[in-house]
Amino acid sequence: MKVFPAVAATLFALTVWQVIVSLTDLPRFILPGPALVAETWWTNRWVIAEHTLVTAKEVIIGLAIGTALGIVTALQLATSKTARMLVQPILVFTQALPVFALAPILTLWMGFGLWSKIAMAVLIIYFPVTSAFFDGLMRTPPGYLDLAKTMQASPSRILWHIRVPAALPNLGAGVRLAAVYAPIGAVIGEWVGASQGLGYLMLLANGRAKTDLMFAAMLTLGVLSVLLYVMVAKLTRRLGDRET
Amino acid sequence: MTMAPGITLQGQASIEGRQLFAPLTLSLDAGRWTCLLGGSGVGKTTVLRLMADLPTGADFDGEITATDGAPVAERIAYMAQDDLLLPWATVEKNIALGARLRGQKADAARMERLLDRCGLQEHRGKKPSELSGGQRQRVALARTLMEDKPIILLDEPFSALDAQTRAAMQDLAVELLDGRTVMVVTHDPGEAARLGHAIHVMTPAGLTAVQPPTAEVPRAVDALETLTCQSDLLKLLMGQAV
Repeated sequence: MKVFPAVAATLFALTVWQVIVSLTDLPRFILPGPALVAETWWTNRWVIAEHTLVTAKEVIIGLAIGTALGIVTALQLATSKTARMLVQPILVFTQALPVFALAPILTLWMGFGLWSKIAMAVLIIYFPVTSAFFDGLMRTPPGYLDLAKTMQASPSRILWHIRVPAALPNLGAGVRLAAVYAPIGAVIGEWVGASQGLGYLMLLANGRAKTDLMFAAMLTLGVLSVLLYVMVAKLTRRLGDRET
Repeated sequence: MTMAPGITLQGQASIEGRQLFAPLTLSLDAGRWTCLLGGSGVGKTTVLRLMADLPTGADFDGEITATDGAPVAERIAYMAQDDLLLPWATVEKNIALGARLRGQKADAARMERLLDRCGLQEHRGKKPSELSGGQRQRVALARTLMEDKPIILLDEPFSALDAQTRAAMQDLAVELLDGRTVMVVTHDPGEAARLGHAIHVMTPAGLTAVQPPTAEVPRAVDALETLTCQSDLLKLLMGQAV
C-alpha cells in the first residue's frame, strides 16, 4: 500500500464529510463532523485505548486459534478421504448458519468475558482459513506429484515437502481474509453482551446519543483492523517464499 | 548405478472404450537412446507414463518388462517438459529433492560433481525464479541424474527451450546419461535425428521404426545424414511414404 494515495484519499473523505456537516447543519447527534469526532477522541483517549486493548486481545487470540484450527482441519481433510466425506458437509452447513445468530447463545454459554468474543472471531474465520488452505492442498500441480511418485516418496513426505509449501500462498490469502473478518466477529460478540471493548463502547455511546464518541470508537476499530491486516499481510507474504 | 536393463512395452491402451493406441511393441535397448516421435494426441506420453507407473487415465492392456526380469517403475528417473522445480527451494535443494522425499541424506560428493558438470556451481543457492530457462532445465537434468537410476524417461525435455539452448542441452544430456537406458518422447524430428540410437515414429496407425543415421549421438546438427533423417521423419509424421 502506497502511503501518499492513502493519506490523500483519507483527507479527501474527511473534507467531504466536514463540508456535508457544515452545509446541511445536521444536529450533532445525527452526524457529528470530523473535527468534533477528533476532539471527542482526544478527550476520551484513555477510555478508548482501554477498550481498544480489550478488542485487540480478543481479535488476536481469535485469529491465532481460528487459524490453527483451520490449518489442522485442512490437513485432516486433505489427507483423509473419510474426513472429507464426513466433515465437508458439516463444514458447509455450519457456514450456512448465520454466526450472528449464535452470538447470544455463545454469550449464554461462555459468559460476558473474553471467551465468548474469541469464540465468535474463531467461528467467523475458521471456514475461510480452512477452505483456502484445503483448496491449495488439493491443487498441487500434478507434475510435482508425478515427480515425487517416480522418486518413491511416501504420502506424508509428499504432504510435508510438496503439498504444504505449494499451498502456503493459499493459506496466506485465507489468513489475510481472516484478519479482516476477525474484528467483525469480536465486535458482534461485544454487541450482544459485554462490559468492555470497542463494540461495547459504540453501543453505549449510541444509547446515550453520544454519536461523536460512537464515531470515535468506530474509527478506532477501523484503524485497528487496518493495522492488523497490514501486519498479517507482511507476515504471510514472508510465509509465501519460505524455504523448506 | 546398477547395469541398465532393456525394456519392452507390449500392449494396447484405450480411454473409456475408445482406442488410444493399437497393440504395439516398443523395445528400448539397454544403455541406448530410444526416441519416440509423434504428433500430439497419439499416446506417446501415455507410453512413457505407463513405463513410469504414473496415472494416465487410460486402460492399459499389456505388460512392461525388463530384460533382467526386475520391476521397472522403481528404477526410473523422470524428466518432463516443465522443469518441475519447486519455486520455494534453492537449486541445491531441488537437485536433492529425491533424497529428501525418501528421508535419506543426499550424496554430497555426487551433488558437487553434478553441480560442476551442469555448470550450476555459481547458482547453487539461487531460487529457480532467478534462473533462465536453459539453467532451469540444467537443474532439472541434474535432479534427474542425482537419482542415479538406470532407466531415464524424458518427456519433451527440451521443447520449451530456444533452438541453440536446446542443442546445447541435448549434448549435455547425451554426455551425462551415458550408459543408461534412455527413452525420449518428442514431437521434434530434429531432436529424434540427433539423439536416437533407435527411432520410432508413432502415428494413429501404429509404430514405425526408422533407420537412424550411422554417426554416434549426439549427431552434428548440420550433417547431411542427420538432416535427411530429420526430413524423412517429418514426412512420416505427415503421413507420407519415405
